[in-house]
Amino acid sequence: MVDPSAIGHSFTLTHARVESGRLRYFFNTLGETKPIYRDPAAAKAAGFAGTPIPPTYLFCLEMMDTDNPFEMLEALDIDLRRVLHGEQKFIYHAPVVVGDELTLQSTVTGVTQKKGGAMTLIDVTTRIVNQRGAHVADAIRVVVVRNQEIAS
Amino acid sequence: MTNPVATPAVGSLIVNKSFPRITRTTLALYAGASGDHNPMHIDIDFAKKAGFPDVFAQGMLVMAMLGQALTDVVRPDRLRSLSTRFVAITQLGAKIRCEGTVAELLEVDGEKRARLALTAKDEAGDVKLSGEAVVAL
Repeated sequence: MVDPSAIGHSFTLTHARVESGRLRYFFNTLGETKPIYRDPAAAKAAGFAGTPIPPTYLFCLEMMDTDNPFEMLEALDIDLRRVLHGEQKFIYHAPVVVGDELTLQSTVTGVTQKKGGAMTLIDVTTRIVNQRGAHVADAIRVVVVRNQEIAS
Repeated sequence: MTNPVATPAVGSLIVNKSFPRITRTTLALYAGASGDHNPMHIDIDFAKKAGFPDVFAQGMLVMAMLGQALTDVVRPDRLRSLSTRFVAITQLGAKIRCEGTVAELLEVDGEKRARLALTAKDEAGDVKLSGEAVVAL
């Protein structure tokens, strides 16, 4: 069971580039048709500094560009089958646009036992900085680990 | 894009969008598009070994729907925060409706903002995601 000694554990930095081709795949999957996302000229005409990204895409960038998407689970010895996504929060400080090169640093910021130890909630905070060193966003996820026995 | 939250009234419904039924194809495409390669959502054998009857939707797929519904009415550069709790598992076949109502008007650092209460529900009305967004007016 993960305990509070994990708090402060940081994971390998992820460098991610915001690419229009990968975004198009995301938009096609979600049925997103708004021109401001799909057409740089439309974004410019609407007064955006660049082509914006959709609100949850910062989460995707870290998973796509990390060398090991399961690093956290391995580092904390968590069985993937026991994991659920409990909560997700994004705090936006400055726009992220297509072409940006982001650096994402994730750190364990909380560990809480729930239901008499049946579940462990792990808070992971990701600080996101752009190519100019601007702190553009924070992403905070709560990972739920189900500690009860599961048939295997 | 218009901005209907420019002069919102507390309690008004400003986000309201339905999405197509979630299929196995949706889950497979979202796994690739999002970089979330967790087999729980794309491999029924894995889901069964984890104690679930079948694969189920990525929570972030439904949150992406919420984000889309939200930015239909709010410019993405006006969004200050977005948060959700994944209240219940979203099953295959669910048709998600995203709704957002104005919960509060506030001012932070001289900027007028609105806090929106958000939900994503399936067609039975069961809440799958519950959350909020803060947007600059």
